[in-house]
Amino acid sequence: MAADTEKLLQFLLRTGDNTLVLSHRVSEWCGHSPILEEDIALANTALDLIGQAQMWLGYAAQVQGDGKSADDLAFLRDAWDFRNVLLCELPNGDFGRTLLRQFLFDAYQSVLMGRLIKSSDETVAGIAAKASKEVAYHVERSADTVVGLGDGTAESHKRMQVALDYLWPYVGEMFESDAVDTAMAEAGIAPDPASLRADFDALVGRVLAEATLTRPDSPFTHKGGRTGRMHTEHLGHMLANMQWLQRAYPGCEW
Amino acid sequence: MYAQMIKTASNGVKSRDEMSPEERAFQDKIDNDIKIEPRDWMPDDYRKTLIRQIGQHAHSEVVGQLPEGNWITRAPTLERKMILLAKVQDEAGHGLYLYSAAETLGVTRDDMVEMLHAGRMKYSSIFNYPTLNWADIGAVGWLVDGAAIVNQVALQRTSYGPYSRAMIRICKEESFHARQGYHAIMKMAFGTPEQKRQAQDAVNRLWFPAIMMFGPNDSDSTHSEQSMAWKIKVKSNDELRQQFVDQTVPQIEYLGLDLPDPGIKWNQERGHYDFSDPDWSEFFNVIKGNGPCNVDRMNARVKAWEDGQWVRDGLMEHARKKAARKVAAE
Amino acid sequence: MKNEWPLWEIFIRGQHGMSHRHVGSLHAPDAEMAIKNARDVYTRRNEGVSIWVVEARHIAATAPGDKGPLFEPSESKVYRHPTFFDIPEEVGHM
Repeated sequence: MAADTEKLLQFLLRTGDNTLVLSHRVSEWCGHSPILEEDIALANTALDLIGQAQMWLGYAAQVQGDGKSADDLAFLRDAWDFRNVLLCELPNGDFGRTLLRQFLFDAYQSVLMGRLIKSSDETVAGIAAKASKEVAYHVERSADTVVGLGDGTAESHKRMQVALDYLWPYVGEMFESDAVDTAMAEAGIAPDPASLRADFDALVGRVLAEATLTRPDSPFTHKGGRTGRMHTEHLGHMLANMQWLQRAYPGCEW
Repeated sequence: MYAQMIKTASNGVKSRDEMSPEERAFQDKIDNDIKIEPRDWMPDDYRKTLIRQIGQHAHSEVVGQLPEGNWITRAPTLERKMILLAKVQDEAGHGLYLYSAAETLGVTRDDMVEMLHAGRMKYSSIFNYPTLNWADIGAVGWLVDGAAIVNQVALQRTSYGPYSRAMIRICKEESFHARQGYHAIMKMAFGTPEQKRQAQDAVNRLWFPAIMMFGPNDSDSTHSEQSMAWKIKVKSNDELRQQFVDQTVPQIEYLGLDLPDPGIKWNQERGHYDFSDPDWSEFFNVIKGNGPCNVDRMNARVKAWEDGQWVRDGLMEHARKKAARKVAAE
Repeated sequence: MKNEWPLWEIFIRGQHGMSHRHVGSLHAPDAEMAIKNARDVYTRRNEGVSIWVVEARHIAATAPGDKGPLFEPSESKVYRHPTFFDIPEEVGHM
C-alpha cells in the first residue's frame, strides 16, 4: 500500500472506530434509561453512530482494497488495530457520565464535520455532509441535557461535576496530531486536529458555564487509542461481546 | 397476549333491564361501534379494567425490551445491530404510546410504573423466558411479535378511542418486526449446520411460550364475557391462538425446521391445524413469578427506574429554575 | 416525592403541507425538551416537517354533554354543501 493510502486508511479507521465504539456504548442503555423518552432518544443517537461507522469503515475497507467490508473491519480486527480515542471506549458509568461524554464527543464531531464537508476527498465530504446533520442534533440534545443536569438539583450537579472530572483527562487525545494528520491536512482531506481545539473550547466553555460546571484545569491527557499504542482494558471486553458470533462461527452469513 | 388474564372489574354482564340509563346509553354506543373518548361517561369498572389492560400491555412492551436488548451488543453484523436496536427502540415507543392511552383514564405513568415494580401490575408471561442464542432474536420477532400482531390487529377495533388509536399506530410500526425476525431466522435455517441447529433450538424453546401468550383456553378463561361486551377484548383466546398457529405452521415448514410439537397436524374437517395444549401449569407458574427470568427482569426495571431518579429530578428542577428566571426577568 | 414530568400533547405537520395533526403525548420537563422528545419519539419514520407541543393541562375542550347543542344544529344546514345544488351537465365543471 502506498504511504499516502496507508495514511488515508488510518484517518478513516480513526474516524470510523470512534463512532463504532461509541455507538456500542450508547446502545448498552437500550431498555435501561431513566425514562422512556430518553431511552428512545439514546437509541436514535446510537443508530446514527452505527450508520456513520458503516460509512467510514466502508470507505476504509474500499481504500484498503483487499475485498473486505465494513463488517470485516468491525468484527474481525483485534483491539490493537482499533483507532478510536480512549474517551469512546470508557464504560458508561451513570447516565450523567454517558451524556457528558456524548456532549464532549458531539462537540468535537460537530467542529470536525464542519471542516470535513469541505474535504478535497469527495467521499469524505459526502459522508461528512450526511453525518453533520445528525451531529448537529446530537450536540444540541446532549448540550441541553448537560446544562439541565448540571444546573438541576444538588445531587445532579455533583454527579455531573464528578463525571466531568473523570472524563476531562480523555479530552485532549481528540486534538493530538501526528504524521497521519499532517499528511491529511497537507492533502486537504482533513484538518489538523489541533486546529479544532479553539472552536471546541468555545462551545464546551459556553455549555459548561451554563451548566454551572467547573472545567478541571489539569492539562494532563491520556492517550494511545487513536495510535493504537495502548487502549484501555475496557476495549477488549467490548470486542469480546461485539465480535463473539463472528469469531465463534466464522464465515457464516447472518 | 401482551395483556393476559386481565381481571375484569365487574360482577358479570348486566342485562339491559339491570342497567342504569347512563349504562344503557354507553352500551348502545359500543354496540354501534361509536368510540368511547376520555371525557365521555363510562362505568367505573370499564375504566378500571382498561387501566389494568392497557397498563399491562404497556408494561409488556417495556419489559419486552430486555430479552431482545440482551443481544444488541452481540448482533453479528452492523446492519443486524441497527435493525435490532431500531426494533427494541420501537418497543419503548409502543410502551410510551400505551402509557399515554392509559393516562387519559386518570392514572399517571409514574403510578403505573410503581404498581408494576411493587408487583401489583403484571406484564406478559413471554418476557420471562431467556434469549439464549442469536436465532432467538429471529424467533422473538417472528413468533412473539407475530403472536402479538394477531391480537393487536383485532384490538384496533377496541371501543376505547385512545387505545384503538395507539393500536393502529403500533400495528403500522410493527409490521416490520415479524418480517425482520423471520428474515434473520431464515438466514440461520438456510445457513451452516450450526446455524440451523440454533434456529431449531429457538423454535423448540419458544413455540409453547408463544402460544401461551394468548392466555388460557376459553373454557378456563374467566372474566372474558364482560370484556367482550365492552369490546375491550375483541376475539377469544382460542380463536386468536388458532389463527396464529394456522399462519405460523407453514412458515416453520418453509424453513425446513422440524415442527416443535408432534401434535401439529392439518385437520381437513376443521380447516385448521390441530396442535397440543401447552403445559398450563408452567404458564400459571410463570404468571406467579416463577418463570426463568421473572426476578432478573423485574430487578433490571427497578434498577433502571431507581438509578434514573436523580436524572428525572435534576432535569425537572432545571426546568423550574429556568421558568422562574424567565419570570424574574420579565 | 412526586416529581413526574408534565404531560405534553404533540402535533406534527406531515410531509405534504397538511395541518398539524395530533399524534400522541409524552412527558418532558419543559417545552424545549418536549419538542426534542417529540422529534425522537414521533418522527422516527420520517413522519414530519414541523412540531407543535402544548402542555396537556393548557388544552381547553368541549364537554361531551354539549355534543348535541354544539354540533347537531349544523346537521340540518344541507345548503352549505355543494351536492345540495343540481347544476345542469351542459354548464360544465363547477
